[in-house]
Amino acid sequence: MKRYSAFAVFREGLRYQAGWERAWRSPDPKPAYDVVIVGAGGHGLATAYYLGRNFGITNVAVLEKGWLGGGNTGRNTTIIRSNYLQDPSAAIYEKARSLYETMSQDLNMNVMFSPRGVMMLAQTEHEKRGYLRTAHANAYQGVKTEFITPDRVRKLCPIINIDGPRYPVLGALWQERGGTARHDAVAWAYARACSNMGIDIIQQCEVTAVRRENGRVRGVETSKGTIDCAKLALIVAGHSGVLAEMAGFRLPIESVALQALVSEPIKPCMDVVVMANTVHGYMSQSDKGEMVIGGGADGFNNYTQRGSFHHIEETVRALVETFPMISRLKMLRQWGGIVDMTGDRSPILSKTPLTGCYVNCGWGTGGFKSIPGSGWAMAELVANDAPGPLAAAFGLERFREGRFIDESVAAGVAH
Amino acid sequence: MLILECPYCGVKADETELHPGGEAHLKRFGPESSDEEFEAYLFERKNRKGVHFERWRHVYGCGKWFHAARATDTLEVFGTYSAQTNAPPDDLIKKIKQKRPDFGGYE
Repeated sequence: MKRYSAFAVFREGLRYQAGWERAWRSPDPKPAYDVVIVGAGGHGLATAYYLGRNFGITNVAVLEKGWLGGGNTGRNTTIIRSNYLQDPSAAIYEKARSLYETMSQDLNMNVMFSPRGVMMLAQTEHEKRGYLRTAHANAYQGVKTEFITPDRVRKLCPIINIDGPRYPVLGALWQERGGTARHDAVAWAYARACSNMGIDIIQQCEVTAVRRENGRVRGVETSKGTIDCAKLALIVAGHSGVLAEMAGFRLPIESVALQALVSEPIKPCMDVVVMANTVHGYMSQSDKGEMVIGGGADGFNNYTQRGSFHHIEETVRALVETFPMISRLKMLRQWGGIVDMTGDRSPILSKTPLTGCYVNCGWGTGGFKSIPGSGWAMAELVANDAPGPLAAAFGLERFREGRFIDESVAAGVAH
Repeated sequence: MLILECPYCGVKADETELHPGGEAHLKRFGPESSDEEFEAYLFERKNRKGVHFERWRHVYGCGKWFHAARATDTLEVFGTYSAQTNAPPDDLIKKIKQKRPDFGGYE
């Protein structure tokens, strides 16, 4: 792999850009691998990368039915934060956030991580108390957040309507080191680094069945033939239930549509991420100038990657109330992704009833921010056949034992 | 927009008038049951990509709960039926099988 650098840009500038190589190989599948990962989204690719980097396991295939990063990795609103309430969540999301800080250097590709700060507005007394509690919890967990006054909110983001008629801003939970990153680049950077280690990324290869023998996983049937494997990791977000059914078990997951939209590009007007959970909407400005907007998830099971229009209406209404200056903006694009929701709004990183088969799912509306941490913890789980400290609390057995990691407050409207 | 006909008041209601209630016909388990049964009842869901039987409530209408059969991969609605039942009616199953020959029936 040729390294990306300022010098490479300069050199290629003198050579008509003819020297660039493909960022990753597109091999045909081998008959067998040590580990097969289903799903080449951020989480699947990150798992493959840390399997190779931290455990030296590179006889790995990442199978993707569509194209790389074409699911929720390319459909989210790119927000990165770790201001969760419960200790296990704070640990894994903070691990992820800290890995984002050095990701561009580690993977030798610019993922445009921008720690511009994430602000969650408190617009009711109840919400204010909730965020004060989160700020205190974060202090104990070593996650740097603070509760800030309305004056500070106004200084950080002047376009917010502080004294709104329905829900005046009473303060905000502020995480200075949160921010955004280029979502596609995260998938591409991991794919390039994986490919460089000899890991095969096989796109347009749909898994149609999971082969089992004596309660153990043998391999998978795919649209590109049979592939044997000793270990199988299912990391497919919205389609986790479908894959689990192939593997012969059920998950505590329901798949619903979550939508996002972007406006036409405008001049820079806000340099922080703002989430307004009481009125159901969040917004940031991309480097291209588009306002990136997200809102609530639909309530019913859905695999169509299309959401309900009334949620768009609700989100836009909430944001016009919070940021009156966007009321005349035209919306450029709107899309949906299928998110995998668990009962406690926390993810599942777990062994399964099928020996040798592992799941990483249930990230629901908050998957992008956790990609590096999730991959790190999942690689540990797959390599050692036992969860490490980051994944330990996120096992499937928590639903039977009643050890929920309740993040329905921190997750808010969506996360 | 998703439109379901309420089997009680006969109104063709769009989804803003309704509240989704998740998977239908869950078998309930009481205090004497095992941890596994209780876990399955409370959390494990079929979450099918395809024909899905589910509960809805006509919140801004007659206020009653009812059932619907819907495809989660196309959003096609096959029909709605009363809440006073433990399984989908046979004529609805037949109708779905006509439209989707690979549908294996309700289980």
